[in-house]
Amino acid sequence: MSRLAKTFQSLSLSGRKALIPFVTAGDPVPDFTVPLLHAMVAAGVDVIELGVPFSDPMADGPVIQKASERALEQGMNLTRVLSMVAEFRKTDDTTPIVLMGYLNPIEFMGYADFAQAAARVGVDGVLTVDMPPEEAEEYAPLLKAVNIDPIFLLAPNSTEERIKKMAAKGSGYIYYVSLKGVTGAGHLDVDDVKKKMAQIQQLTDLPIGVGFGVKNAETAKAVASVADGVVVGSAIINKIQANLDNLGLAQQEVVTLLSSMRQAMDNEVN
Amino acid sequence: MTEENSLKYDMPDEAGHFGPYGGKFVAETLMLPIKQLDEAYQEYSKDPEFLAELDKDLHHYVGRPSPIYHAERWSRELGGAQIYLKREDLNHTGAHKINNAIGQALLAKRMGKTRIIAETGAGQHGVATATVAARLGLECVVYMGSVDIARQVQNVYRMRLLGAKVVSVDSGSKTLKDALNEAMRDWVTNVDDTFYIIGTVAGPHPYPALVRDFQTIIGRESKAQLQTMIGRLPDALVACVGGGSNAIGLFHPFIDDASVKIYGVEAAGDGIETGRHSVTLGAGRPGVLHGNRTYLVADDHGEILETHSISAGLDYPGVGPEHAWLKDSGRAEYVNITDDEAVEAFYALTRMEGIIPALESSHALAYAMKLAPTMAKDEVILVNLSGRGDKDMHTVAEREGVEL
Repeated sequence: MSRLAKTFQSLSLSGRKALIPFVTAGDPVPDFTVPLLHAMVAAGVDVIELGVPFSDPMADGPVIQKASERALEQGMNLTRVLSMVAEFRKTDDTTPIVLMGYLNPIEFMGYADFAQAAARVGVDGVLTVDMPPEEAEEYAPLLKAVNIDPIFLLAPNSTEERIKKMAAKGSGYIYYVSLKGVTGAGHLDVDDVKKKMAQIQQLTDLPIGVGFGVKNAETAKAVASVADGVVVGSAIINKIQANLDNLGLAQQEVVTLLSSMRQAMDNEVN
Repeated sequence: MTEENSLKYDMPDEAGHFGPYGGKFVAETLMLPIKQLDEAYQEYSKDPEFLAELDKDLHHYVGRPSPIYHAERWSRELGGAQIYLKREDLNHTGAHKINNAIGQALLAKRMGKTRIIAETGAGQHGVATATVAARLGLECVVYMGSVDIARQVQNVYRMRLLGAKVVSVDSGSKTLKDALNEAMRDWVTNVDDTFYIIGTVAGPHPYPALVRDFQTIIGRESKAQLQTMIGRLPDALVACVGGGSNAIGLFHPFIDDASVKIYGVEAAGDGIETGRHSVTLGAGRPGVLHGNRTYLVADDHGEILETHSISAGLDYPGVGPEHAWLKDSGRAEYVNITDDEAVEAFYALTRMEGIIPALESSHALAYAMKLAPTMAKDEVILVNLSGRGDKDMHTVAEREGVEL
């Protein structure tokens, strides 16, 4: 069983929801990332979405754009992100890692080479923002062949037909984008999310993680009450951005934020 | 053209693919709006009422058909083929961009959208969009890189006069590609009431086909006009290629005419070897950006690189997917011209024919200058003079050390 499947299964058995942080690999400096991943695991996160920086992050708001720019200035690239996963795996063989980013770096590496390399270092899932299932005829099977879950996005305006398509083509989990907009935008409406969840859950058995607009313990708790996982990105990167001159403090603040979310989410379900 | 030939070229396929290029590489939230756009376009592009309204606007508002002018003096001076110019510079707002802006704005109105957004590089597409938005009473927001805003001050002012809001984009390289990213972000946030008028033959399907279809008026008119003027097809077509909308507009109606050579001219900036260029097809490789698969200027890891050209309208690291297909299939040849060569052609046309061309179009003229002497005196080159040079006075004066 894949690490993602195992993780969601054991969470489900204990009646808990997945806390899924997103951080951009190499932001603000490459050395910061792997220790941060371990610290987040210690703070109680279940799955990590590791952002592959890209020069043109079309679906991201200003916070994650800046994180990408900082990482690229440090010479980050897809090859180096994969090395980070290998480094992380030396001491953590259980926490699933999902690479999240845009298609072009993967196109340039080549789908088959990327799938092989990602499997070798212990990547569990890949979420490619600008790769809908329609274009993934070659890509998704190459990932599945090496036991990597292709994770697709659903949005508030996804039709029933598209939900079925994601359910058939995707695995691991489905990432539900809670609002029309970019990462870090606005406030999500829990009632709207709840309604859409009901529709999606009727059409798939895959766990559903909800992201975009999760800002603090309160929203994390609210989302956890209706979804299988809570994805938090910009709120974490804000903590890093606010402490660029003191990275020790940056890590500490990220851990504090995630711990508060963990606690709020667990109290909700218990 | 025989009936059989006319059926040969019918790209893209239903999913928007030109061979391996094109497609719909967008985030999920945009899948529904691009499907709705495709459906609306399929419907209205066959609707006689829509087409009649478009024709009327192109005639009475834009001033079409644009003339074809035989640059006799310049041709004689070059001593080879006869150069004819398709005068898109004489359109209302001064470039071919209005052909597409009007088409998409009419589509937006039919679809009940009340808000228009656009990206712009040189500002020509922004001005064209602001113009039609003003006329139709639609709210208009134009995204423009802060670097481009600084070098195209006049066009920024024109857009504001027309009532558009110009938003400065400070991310990435602060040029056209980043303006496009920001427009996409706006669209994904405001999909319900907003229509995104993309200015070039890029973006996710159906944009490359839709923008092309609105621009093929250039090639269709040219074919008929040359028939009257010279009684035959031209021997060669030349057009500049940034995203490639004026070029595809000219080329497309001639694709099945095998005797017509097709040349797309990319901007070599300071020269390909300096790394400061925008030669996407000639020096790039295939990848995915802005919703489609096409050739890109990027580093080995797929990060998009900053491009350079003296003409802001050619300063783009991607290119329309149909051009990628025409290159690979060998139907069109893509060449490139440096800043210096383009400026030389800018002066040549200005002084020999009394026509001041846009720096973008000057790239096409510069290639015609090279090509004409290699051809016979009775052969004909048709160059797309895609825009006028008024907007570039500042740039050219600055090169001369003249302060305006």
